[in-house]
Amino acid sequence: MSLAEALATGDLSRLPSRRDEDWRWSDLRGLIRVAPPPSPVWDGALPAGPFSAIAAEEISLVNGRGPDALAIAPGETRTVALRLIAAPNSGAHLARFEIAVGEGATLTLLESHEGLGVDYLVETDLDITLSEGARMERIVAASDAESGVAVAIAQVTLSPRSRFSQVLLTGGARRQRLETQVNHPGRQAEVRLDGIYELGDRRHADITTSVTHEGAGGETSQLTKGVVSGQARGVFQGRIIVREGADQTDARMGHHALVLADTAEVDAKPELEIYADDVACNHGNTIGALDAEALFYAQQRGLSEDEAKALLTQAFLNAVVDRIEHDGARNFARDWVAARLEARS
Amino acid sequence: MSALLKVEKLSAAIDGKTILDGLSLEIPAGEVHAIMGPNGAGKSTLSYVLTGKPGYEVTGGGATLDGEDLLALAPHERAAKGMFLSFQYPLEIPGVPALTFLRTALNAQRRARGEAEIAAPDFLRLVRAKSAALKIDFEMLKRALNVGFSGGEKKRMEILQMAVLEPRLAILDETDSGLDIDALRIVSEGVNALRAPNRSMLVITHYQRLLDYIRPDKVHVLAAGRIVASGGPDLALDLEREGYDKFAALAA
Repeated sequence: MSLAEALATGDLSRLPSRRDEDWRWSDLRGLIRVAPPPSPVWDGALPAGPFSAIAAEEISLVNGRGPDALAIAPGETRTVALRLIAAPNSGAHLARFEIAVGEGATLTLLESHEGLGVDYLVETDLDITLSEGARMERIVAASDAESGVAVAIAQVTLSPRSRFSQVLLTGGARRQRLETQVNHPGRQAEVRLDGIYELGDRRHADITTSVTHEGAGGETSQLTKGVVSGQARGVFQGRIIVREGADQTDARMGHHALVLADTAEVDAKPELEIYADDVACNHGNTIGALDAEALFYAQQRGLSEDEAKALLTQAFLNAVVDRIEHDGARNFARDWVAARLEARS
Repeated sequence: MSALLKVEKLSAAIDGKTILDGLSLEIPAGEVHAIMGPNGAGKSTLSYVLTGKPGYEVTGGGATLDGEDLLALAPHERAAKGMFLSFQYPLEIPGVPALTFLRTALNAQRRARGEAEIAAPDFLRLVRAKSAALKIDFEMLKRALNVGFSGGEKKRMEILQMAVLEPRLAILDETDSGLDIDALRIVSEGVNALRAPNRSMLVITHYQRLLDYIRPDKVHVLAAGRIVASGGPDLALDLEREGYDKFAALAA
């Protein structure tokens, strides 16, 4: 059951539903009664992408059409913007893209999901492979339309001594799932999977990750933080599997959410499955409100209630931003957080 | 001389329980007054009610600053009018560098008063000078406010904020708690440096020790939610010698 299957066959009964354990908080079958028509070609103009100022190269897939692969040659260092655009005339489509980062190469991928249409239904499948010693940092800015339904699945395969880092920045959609599946060989490979969601109104965002440690000596570090208000719903599902033999695995997962309205909701499911010995695995999960004492402290110093809330919320989210390695992307993320909170207050 | 702070028959409750019970107090401009009293007398409640902490219900009386009704204002509006509370337990603000917090607060107050925001270089110059006087390492101000700071460092940060924000009325709530003798001296010197003809202070303390360093013009005894005795600095020495018992009896 997947959106891709449903899109390929036109059979909506193949959509994942709340009866599928991994989709219980992001039901698509109950949501979509009629599929939109297939997305046609878009030949109109498009606005500049959010990363155009900091990326030397830009690749665009519009309504699922465009280049289908990017290869970084061994030893090369590149910063590439990948634009996944649902154009103003978008309906239903599937976009696929493959990325191969060669031995010892470094890629900074600045990926934007730009939902310019309405009522679209889109799946994006990314296949990412890192060769030995390769490094990749993936920054995803997901700006979907309020009425859009979007699923993005990244399948990441690592090699020994490679390093894969990502941070997802999302404002949600009508329904949105950002899923990352990592095949972790251990052997000094390192993974960082971070995310920030800022949701208001009736928006929904689901950050789902699954990391499978296959070999010994691997490291995974995860930090996801979110803020929900209005009638929004945030979902975090984090699964870490440590296979037999994947000894000395070091895996840490954190998910922390602020719920700013009684009508908003956060659902979280951290899962650790460990079949190896001598591993260090932990997860922390907190869901709460802003600290009332800290809020009063800031107000006593002269900040209005709204300013105090914005300052504390921004600080809460910036703990994730600070982990971004690429300077331009870190500044982008900091501005993204500030702009969203300013628009909210 | 007219009072800068005037508290008149102030009563306040939390969760329906009366804590302040008709408290009256006047502090003329330029004076430093001390409030002493046993635990549970309402000392911290007084500071919270005057600065507007949520959760306290004013059930009677009033308080004015320079003739203006304080209790009708939101906490940040009171701050902009010049109310400052040095917290007994300063809060940690993760993710917000002390410098950022302080500049945000100062500019928020200035905007509220219709003044121009302070330029970044002027702000840094101001903070460098004030922090040097309080023996605060400037590098520390780049760290998240109070996160991982020692008790003494937190209290010095409170006084630094007071020095930068230049309040009309500063309430120092148990500023001596958790301080060793060196930190107490530095903090007290910082407070004394801020004494000015147009600024008043209310020093809340359980022990007389602090008043050796910050000499009050007047001492009040707070018991059972009311001021039960007022006098000169010598009153603090009496209390130290004789304890609060006889004043608790006065309140009954």
